[in-house]
Amino acid sequence: MFPPVPNPTTQLKSPKFGEHDLIRRSASTVTPPAQRQSEVAKLIDVSKCIGCKACQTACIEWNDTHPEVGVNTGIYENPHDLTPDMFTLMRFTEWENPETNNLEWLIRKDGCMHCEDPGCLKACPAPGAIVQYSNGIVDFVHENCIGCGYCIKGCPFNIPRISEVDHTAYKCTLCSDRVAVGQGPACAKACPTQAIVFGTKEEMKQHAQGRITDLKSRGFANAGLYDPPGVGGTHVMYVLHHADKPEIYAGLPSNPRISPVVEAWKGVTKYAGLAVIGLAAATGFMHYLVAGPNRVSQGDEEAAERLAGEERRP
Amino acid sequence: MSRDYDVGKGDSVHAGKPVTVDRYTAGARINHWITATSLVLLALSGLALFHPRLFFLSGFFGGGPLTRIIHPWIGVVLFFSFLGLFVRFWKANLWRRDDGTWLARIRDVLTAHDERLPEVGKYNAGQKLVFWSMSILIVVLITSGVVIWDQYFFALTTIEQKRWAVLIHSMAAILAISVWIIHVYAAIWVRGTIRAMTRGSVTGGWAWRHHRKWLRELVAKASKDKSGRTPAE
Repeated sequence: MFPPVPNPTTQLKSPKFGEHDLIRRSASTVTPPAQRQSEVAKLIDVSKCIGCKACQTACIEWNDTHPEVGVNTGIYENPHDLTPDMFTLMRFTEWENPETNNLEWLIRKDGCMHCEDPGCLKACPAPGAIVQYSNGIVDFVHENCIGCGYCIKGCPFNIPRISEVDHTAYKCTLCSDRVAVGQGPACAKACPTQAIVFGTKEEMKQHAQGRITDLKSRGFANAGLYDPPGVGGTHVMYVLHHADKPEIYAGLPSNPRISPVVEAWKGVTKYAGLAVIGLAAATGFMHYLVAGPNRVSQGDEEAAERLAGEERRP
Repeated sequence: MSRDYDVGKGDSVHAGKPVTVDRYTAGARINHWITATSLVLLALSGLALFHPRLFFLSGFFGGGPLTRIIHPWIGVVLFFSFLGLFVRFWKANLWRRDDGTWLARIRDVLTAHDERLPEVGKYNAGQKLVFWSMSILIVVLITSGVVIWDQYFFALTTIEQKRWAVLIHSMAAILAISVWIIHVYAAIWVRGTIRAMTRGSVTGGWAWRHHRKWLRELVAKASKDKSGRTPAE
């Protein structure tokens, strides 16, 4: 068992990280801090999850969101998808293991993965609307968000949601406000089976290794850690009993990466585009300098007068 | 030989010194300037969202969120305004055999050796290319723009489709801005052109130099109207 983050003191604490710890800021360049804080991570052990949704409740409570009361359509998910008011969601899959013929109930807590290379931040056009702290947390800054929805296009995990109330994007913050004062995320705090634990990324990887060894000894030969390298690793990781098939867990991508279409849009198009426009303007300017204006001569006017006059004769 | 499709509604020659030629009706000019204004506003607000270094342009529209809100609506105005121009001008912009010759002699065009070029109707090949490329680009822009207009149309397409739409939208916009630069530059470079879109008329000399076939047709039409008989051509 990984020791839970202890309860806070009642003393007022100043935040451990802030503006000066940014390593990335959307649509801006930042000078990264000289020293990077130790990277944090949330580890979700899918094999220990009982699907109680305490994490969802804790998330709603801590973030003070008010999800709508939904309707039952015969599935376990509630609500049916992530929403601007529901930053995390238990996704349930009934999977028949072809090797054992057993029905396995796979429950995955979905939410922002806090990618080391965040696609949302890359796509964002608004300066400072998405930031990444040196401890790995990717956060949305609502007063800078313009609600364009580019983060949705950038995200390889389909996480951000635009609120129809204030037209800005919402997602899991990894409880950056709690982490800043030495606390773990609300979901981890509420989890009754310690399926969600929080610590430094190194600690979480170590803890995961113990869990994987345990799962392997129980016959889950393909148990493993989900820390996808395609996005530079994530600060929310999963222990999966079938790490060779992440997609069976409600479509968890097996090799997530920022879409090449988004890379092309935010990469070569951005630079080549301005170059093409600049070139068009510069060519016009050069042509004018070299060729000068194309003027109508007196001869042209006279020719036109002759033409108009000739044809006019009855 | 009738080439009436080259002669627009309201085009006519007025004798005098110099001869003046009506080229655009007041309706066409107003239509053009609504389109022009929308296009400039779209370029500014679109560039603000396209490149971080140009985000400051959103200040002209009252900040980021207002830029995001207003840009697609200006797009709707531009689409319908351009549709008006399209209906007015498509016929005179149909591609003709001479246009290929004109284009092959682009060197003479750029060095202002108009005398070495075939006689041109109401529009030359360059103007026709501007017209058709803008027509195509605006259709591409409005279509891809609706796909990424999340406030109203988010549910209609997948995220992957939106990724392609935003890439296509930005590339088409770059081309449209470049075509616009060519269009504006040509109007400045070829002196006597801008008054066609402000006061509606050009001088006879301008028409003789740049659109001689069109001028001949207009003169022929005028004498035919007057005498009521076909001119010898």
